Amino acid sequence: MKTIAVLDYGIGNVRSQLNALEAVGARGILTNNHDEILGADAVILPGVGAFRHGMENLEKHNLISVIHEYIRTGKPFLGICLGMQLLFEESDEFGHSKGLGLVAGKIQKLPLPADGGLRLPHIGWKEIDEFENGGWADSILETTKPHSAFYFVHSYAAVPASSDTWLAKATFGEHTFCCAVKQGNIFGTQFHPEKSGESGLQIIKKFTEI
Amino acid sequence: MRHSRTRIIARIDVKNEFVIKGIHLEGLRKVGNPVELARKYYQQGVDEILFMDAVASLYGRNNLFHIIEQACREVFIPITIGGGLRSVEDIDLALKSGADKISINTQAIKEPTLITRAAEMYGSQAVVASIEAKNKGSWWEAYTDNGREETGLNVVEWAKEVERLGAGEILLTSVDMEGTKKGFDLELAEQVYNAVSVPVIFSGGAGQPDHVLALADRINPDAVAFASILHYNTFGIQELKQNLNAAGMDIRM
Repeated sequence: MKTIAVLDYGIGNVRSQLNALEAVGARGILTNNHDEILGADAVILPGVGAFRHGMENLEKHNLISVIHEYIRTGKPFLGICLGMQLLFEESDEFGHSKGLGLVAGKIQKLPLPADGGLRLPHIGWKEIDEFENGGWADSILETTKPHSAFYFVHSYAAVPASSDTWLAKATFGEHTFCCAVKQGNIFGTQFHPEKSGESGLQIIKKFTEI
Repeated sequence: MRHSRTRIIARIDVKNEFVIKGIHLEGLRKVGNPVELARKYYQQGVDEILFMDAVASLYGRNNLFHIIEQACREVFIPITIGGGLRSVEDIDLALKSGADKISINTQAIKEPTLITRAAEMYGSQAVVASIEAKNKGSWWEAYTDNGREETGLNVVEWAKEVERLGAGEILLTSVDMEGTKKGFDLELAEQVYNAVSVPVIFSGGAGQPDHVLALADRINPDAVAFASILHYNTFGIQELKQNLNAAGMDIRM
């Protein structure tokens, strides 16, 4: 059985992450212990809430250097929601904050249409699609059917510097945003696979099998 | 302009270990086991589940944590827990048991800064301000303790205030319509919806798909909560969703 370290930095619904891992037959451990993290078969960075608060808590729990060290092992890493946003270089949320800088690009607020027909935070289920045809091969979305719906809760979204890292797209009104990234062994989803029913569990399962 | 997809939420009110349902939040009858119902609605494709401890305020505490823990092992969609959450410590326990969001009413009215503190600690997206509204002729009054205690607060003004304090969503329950299956209080819904810019979950009165369509004629409902008609098997989730979808609403199928 694979051991998946869920990073414990006081943020995110970690109980659900652990439950989802158990449901797909993996062993999830909630930890900020460096040996456990580096020894895990895969690592999940969960998270909800504000970007700066997230970075501050990673620092407070002394997790930043070990995340970089873990990534260099080449083993799979998955950032979920705020956890995906933190992978990037910077965010505009509450002024300007620096992120982990693992993936080139930044985090920007979702644009609200002038007619007032949309609200933030963007809460709810939304279909996701391939950024490029066939782009989901060898990724956590390999077994996902394009246009499946997943659960989102966010006001900000990633703008990757390179389209090479875009794995999946979704829309907010007329605006298309990046909802999943892939760069080598690093993956990120803006939506919550652990809260998206069977389709979501399938992604977690695929992640644990990479 | 309408863009938003409407979320379909199953509302499960719990008293002790049982799911209960009353009329106007009173005269509660047992209708089932909370975890079993949550599992059923999840399998039927509901978008979210809302657990409310119906008698928590009477006892001053929420008794649902173990139910949430159990439900979260098999229900992989967003779960909100409300009723009797009095402090940041209670909220912390609720979220650690597996809930994604907490809903507060009574204590938010007694101590509005609790909304702000919870939003700062867990993010606005985790904080749902619950408002129980009773019609008073030309206005609506906010009630606490599951529709039992009046507060003198004007619902529309209080809705603006909870948004300012940091709530990420508002759960608006019409006590007058709750359990009647006679439709939403449309005037109340429209006034609150237009007063705030965060998503509003409309609860109380949904007896058939037409009631949701009547709401959607006036506003773009972010989310609608159902209780009686699900618990009594009047409609299944898919049937409900298909009806709304066929009538032109944007619903996840």
